[in-house]
Amino acid sequence: MLAPVTLAYQTYGTLNADKSNAILICHALTGDQFPAETHPITGKPGWWESIIGPDKPLDPDRFFLICVNVLGGCMGSTGPADINPATGKPYGLSFPVITIGDMVRGCMRVVDSLGIDTLFSVIGGSMGGMQVLEAVAAYPDRVFSAIPIATAAYHTAQNIAFHEVGRQAIMADPEWRDGDYLLHDTLPRRGLSVARMTAHITYLSEPALQRKFGRSLQDRDEVKFGFDADFQVESYLRHQGRTFVDRFDANAYLYITRAMDYFDLATSYGEGSLATAFKDCKTRICVVSFTSDWLFPTSESRAMVHALNAAAAPVSFVEIETDKGHDAFLLDEPEMNRILQGFINGAAAARGLPA
Amino acid sequence: MTLEHTKIRPDLQVVANWIEPGSRVLDIGCGNGELLAYLGREKNVDCRGIEIRRAKVNQCVAAGLSVIRGDANQDLSLYPTDSFDYVVLTQALQTLEQPRAALEELIRVGNRAVVSIPNFGYWRVRLSLLFRGRMPVTESLNQPWYETKNIHLCTILDFLGLVQELGLEIEDAVVLKPDGTPARSPVTSARANFWGEQAVLLLRRK
Repeated sequence: MLAPVTLAYQTYGTLNADKSNAILICHALTGDQFPAETHPITGKPGWWESIIGPDKPLDPDRFFLICVNVLGGCMGSTGPADINPATGKPYGLSFPVITIGDMVRGCMRVVDSLGIDTLFSVIGGSMGGMQVLEAVAAYPDRVFSAIPIATAAYHTAQNIAFHEVGRQAIMADPEWRDGDYLLHDTLPRRGLSVARMTAHITYLSEPALQRKFGRSLQDRDEVKFGFDADFQVESYLRHQGRTFVDRFDANAYLYITRAMDYFDLATSYGEGSLATAFKDCKTRICVVSFTSDWLFPTSESRAMVHALNAAAAPVSFVEIETDKGHDAFLLDEPEMNRILQGFINGAAAARGLPA
Repeated sequence: MTLEHTKIRPDLQVVANWIEPGSRVLDIGCGNGELLAYLGREKNVDCRGIEIRRAKVNQCVAAGLSVIRGDANQDLSLYPTDSFDYVVLTQALQTLEQPRAALEELIRVGNRAVVSIPNFGYWRVRLSLLFRGRMPVTESLNQPWYETKNIHLCTILDFLGLVQELGLEIEDAVVLKPDGTPARSPVTSARANFWGEQAVLLLRRK
């Protein structure tokens, strides 16, 4: 049993008098509670500033936005890098395995503490989308609308496989020290970096990689026939891996990827049937997928929509044409913004919120 | 009456007049959501739509409508029996792979089915074949044979035959002339099958 637990969160905007304008933003695997402000470590803009801001779909002038660092994370919420009060040492692998359900229960405790009964909406992409679906299934009366983006109701074999490669890369790094690297004042930099490089490829698409890099060379006129980063794409991935290590805890990466692997909504809530998991669902749902996302392909979203149809739930489903792959949900996609704006406006009108 | 001040496609107006306020409606092939928006606005109807064209779906959702990208040929079977008060299929039955199976699904998923069909027995269609010896192109059949999505055309009489075969009851029906005004002849008459350009029918199980 893990207790006590700390959850770090940020809010934007103002909660209205009847507490009906709250939106929970769920972050993805390596995201955090800073979707709309400069990141305290990297100094980069918030990860979802493309849809948060004045006159954007998630407008702090209209809505009270809440974003919680997931349980098991490493940006202030209790995770494996924190000190276990029982031992006085970092949890490391003694941290309990967590689930998407645990993360969402954590978020809802934050929502409780803010005195909010019903969320106007829950939105998130990728693992954030899993949390959205979990919230709909677990708290059907507390979620008025929901926007799961680029996600699925379970983690596929291929996705588990990629996660396993990442975890094995971390664990194969001698500096991982069976998860006790913090005690030895070291970090499994290479392992975590390779995990990130692999994962990063899955977030893109072949056409996007081709468009961005092709076979272009990095700071040289010809290939050197060695193992330096000859190609731009290599240099790019190495950079992604290197910078990731500075902001993310390796054990947190193990635990959070594992939580995604275990996610299977139909098993948790529907005895194997996704339609049963969504039974009597009254939440207005907008499912969004992207044509070039091969990590969470449209077919997974469609399966979800079919289950929601079978449950006669109020669902919208759009597929956005883009070559940017899974990461498209984090990027500026004008069509996605138009759709989110329209869906949110429709839901707001149904909820009696001002336009 | 509020129904007067916003104009929608004539067959959709006929459909809208039949729909009870506050009911649940599924519109198959909802296009740009014209009927859904109208019903939501004027009759407080709980509306859903299915549409196959991505751009149309995205346009609908951006307008705040509950629409999914889907294919009527496959997706109808997923809905539970009686999950809607009305299932609407306007100007699309003839484009489906299996119109008979689709009609059965409509009346299973919906308490009532509302269907509009272009009439292949319309006099201009008949004359086009008779005198020009060419496949007809009219207002509601407006594409040449090699481009048309209408793969299962029928006359009003043909459709009535199917309705009878499936044991359905016609609760109401309106035959429309090319200008969108209703013809006076009853839907079952030979006159309707000759002068009517399209028919809109409200069907229910017997």
